[in-house]
Amino acid sequence: MDMLKKFSHSSLALPLAALALLLLFNAIFVEDFFVIQVMDNGNLYGRPIDILYRASSLIILALGMTFVLATGGVDISVGAVVAISAATCCVLLGGDVSGIPEHPFFVAIIAALLVGVIAGIWNGTLVAKFKIQAMVATLILMTAGRGIAQLMTDGQIITVYYRPFSYIGGNIPGVMLPTAMIIAFLMVCLVIFLDRKTSLGLMIQSVGINPTASRYAGVKVTAVLFAVYIFSGFCAGTAGLIEGSLIRAADANNAGLNMEMDAILSATLGGTLMVGGRYYIGGTIIGAITIQTLTTTMYAIGVSADALPAVKAIVILLIIIIQSERFKTMFREWRLKSAGNKAAKEASNG
Amino acid sequence: MQESNDDYILHMKNIDMFFPGVKALKDVTFNLKKGEIHSLMGENGAGKSTLVKVLTGVYLKTNGTIEYDGKIIEPKTPLESQLMGISTVYQEVNLCANLTVAENIYIGREPRGKFGQIDWMTMNRKAKELLHNEMGIDIDVTKVLSFYPVALQQMIAIARAVDTQCKILILDEPTSSLSEKETEHLFSIMRKLKNQGISIIFISHFLEQIYTICDRITILRDGEYVGEYVVKDLPRIQLISKMMGKEIKEDEIEANVDKSVPEQETIMEFDNVTVPGKVKDMTFNIKKGEVIGLGGLLGSGRTEIAETMFGILLRTNGTIKVDGTEFSIKGPMDMMMHRVAFCTEDRKAQGIIGDLSVRENIILALQAKAGMFKHMPRSKQNELADHYIDLLRIKVSDREQLIRNLSGGNQQKVIIGRWLATEPNLLILDEPTRGIDVGTKSEIEALAVRLAKEKRMSVVFISGEMGEMVRTCSRVLIIRDHEKLTELNGDEISTAHIMQAIAGDYHGHA
Repeated sequence: MDMLKKFSHSSLALPLAALALLLLFNAIFVEDFFVIQVMDNGNLYGRPIDILYRASSLIILALGMTFVLATGGVDISVGAVVAISAATCCVLLGGDVSGIPEHPFFVAIIAALLVGVIAGIWNGTLVAKFKIQAMVATLILMTAGRGIAQLMTDGQIITVYYRPFSYIGGNIPGVMLPTAMIIAFLMVCLVIFLDRKTSLGLMIQSVGINPTASRYAGVKVTAVLFAVYIFSGFCAGTAGLIEGSLIRAADANNAGLNMEMDAILSATLGGTLMVGGRYYIGGTIIGAITIQTLTTTMYAIGVSADALPAVKAIVILLIIIIQSERFKTMFREWRLKSAGNKAAKEASNG
Repeated sequence: MQESNDDYILHMKNIDMFFPGVKALKDVTFNLKKGEIHSLMGENGAGKSTLVKVLTGVYLKTNGTIEYDGKIIEPKTPLESQLMGISTVYQEVNLCANLTVAENIYIGREPRGKFGQIDWMTMNRKAKELLHNEMGIDIDVTKVLSFYPVALQQMIAIARAVDTQCKILILDEPTSSLSEKETEHLFSIMRKLKNQGISIIFISHFLEQIYTICDRITILRDGEYVGEYVVKDLPRIQLISKMMGKEIKEDEIEANVDKSVPEQETIMEFDNVTVPGKVKDMTFNIKKGEVIGLGGLLGSGRTEIAETMFGILLRTNGTIKVDGTEFSIKGPMDMMMHRVAFCTEDRKAQGIIGDLSVRENIILALQAKAGMFKHMPRSKQNELADHYIDLLRIKVSDREQLIRNLSGGNQQKVIIGRWLATEPNLLILDEPTRGIDVGTKSEIEALAVRLAKEKRMSVVFISGEMGEMVRTCSRVLIIRDHEKLTELNGDEISTAHIMQAIAGDYHGHA
């Protein structure tokens, strides 16, 4: 009982409850939702795996976003950076139909990640050095990013025939789990390591809550801001590899489209506030999975792709209202009141 | 009972107020007469602000009745209570800094012209008259509010309250950022309002001010009502012992500290240090194990000197040495590495990280010093936090409590703990007792001296309260207009001498 009580007060309770509710809905209305099979080629298959698989890039982006939000900033350029990263990798591999890459695969991978980091340095410079508001600073790259990707690909959609490239978005032969899931898992491990084993978390939160006081306490505010934007860029670079590999092509216009918004949403669903301060890695991951579950559920019950955003918006609205402070207070007051009424009733009966 | 009711504007009876899990007010009574200045006293966390917030509709009381002007009221929002004539002026002015003075006064009730448009001319004229007549100040009301100093902003807030026909005016720590002259002006305005029949609830930590201006006092302690007294019948010492809930003797408060004796070794040296517009050609040294005061009026440059000592302000001329060596100073971290620590004057904006726990606030500076990748294990963090909670007697429910939920005095102790954790050789305390209750105040004073005596730490003590410096410092530098005028040593240090020295009439032996 005590544990239950403790849990219900923990920050993860609400995001988890929302996800559980969604899953419950699926369990009832979607046939064989929880069935996981081993396919002939040895890969795992089933809706839960599918959800985690599809949520992978979002989880990765949202991890980076969580740190940025915690400093009181935001990085709306990540979607565009995904496109640049995907384009970089595809351009370097080249669209040769024979499947022979123009440059070694690892060079293309490192270049794609590096491009993400450079984007992060750009954003970090604007925010930390020039003190431009984060939304405006990252808007620049958000707008320019797709143009840059277009320039890199000469306005073409480059299709990569080099086979190993598809392993990133698919499965490495002989491995049961999709590679994207494994990458996401590794990123989560990295973030948990940074969170637990370094004092980055403390610095990020203190900068997000009170930058002046942090500076006076010796925190290197500029360095912390740089770090979070660079990390967010790195995450976008990683997600770019996955997104590119999924379609085995560089699509400058559509790769990572609107993903920055989903990343922000994942973090906020998980309890991290946009004003900065406390952040919740676990909550962010659950938030990202919730969003993907929602999408999968909608498809499963036959909501058309056109109507999907509207339905999704309604469900997310509900979740956000339930999580809001105001609603919590109202709920608490209502409970106190009903407890009071009950006590009064008992008193009058006794 | 009944017949005296006409003299009263407000009766708050048996007020209870619960926060989830906490009883903030227990059976509190508060009576306010018409045209009196009534002080609400108590240590930090005693429930003064909570009671005021119940009255102004910020919080909803759990139990009890509020009778205002003969009627039972249940204010649910601040606006509601304001419309009924209960106005509050907070320490941090609650006006819009980027609107003009006139707009601030008439916001929401602007004079209108024929077509419903705002009549700016009338508004500005009326604002000017109001400030002139009621406050005795003549300023350009078309300038934005932030153009004027805090003291004036407060006057403007009061003028607004008066003009909205308020019957009760609540002044919550209005004087903590005012100079003595400004405070006197405020008092003359308060007396004038009182004569007009307005009742004033005055919250302040300055005992002398209570005795200068107030008629009656209601004392709270730990959310409970202690009593209601007529000021002139209540000796100071009794007031303090009632607030603290223990008997203390007057001389104990005055001379509870045995001053430190400085050694010959120098810890910090300033040689012709200049920061343009902030610090002028400053030369002094700080000895090991001494408590040295910076005396001067608000705005004299005391804080700027402290900021220069800590590497926040960077000098353009002169040399700064710590432990006899000169080094490049690019920011606070360089000073921290040389074991200098700085508790800032503005606790809320520059000290606490509100949404972090007491533990995190304590370890922050030490962790920042160690660097991001030398992470302190949790057990070590807990140990450190508990050590300082214990040492400084910080009142917390547990170390994970958020610092913003602590009272000002306890927040200050946490910040001091943060710096003590870095084991400094030089600790700068800028107004460490501002807005803090009497008990904590003398604790902090005693701590400064104890650190100097027992740990051979040097302490720079900055305070606008002369008595505090007299009690703690073994040397006082007198600062005026960003310059050092003179130094007072040992027995020379007295309130009178400091004042004379600031005025330029006393030059000491230095």
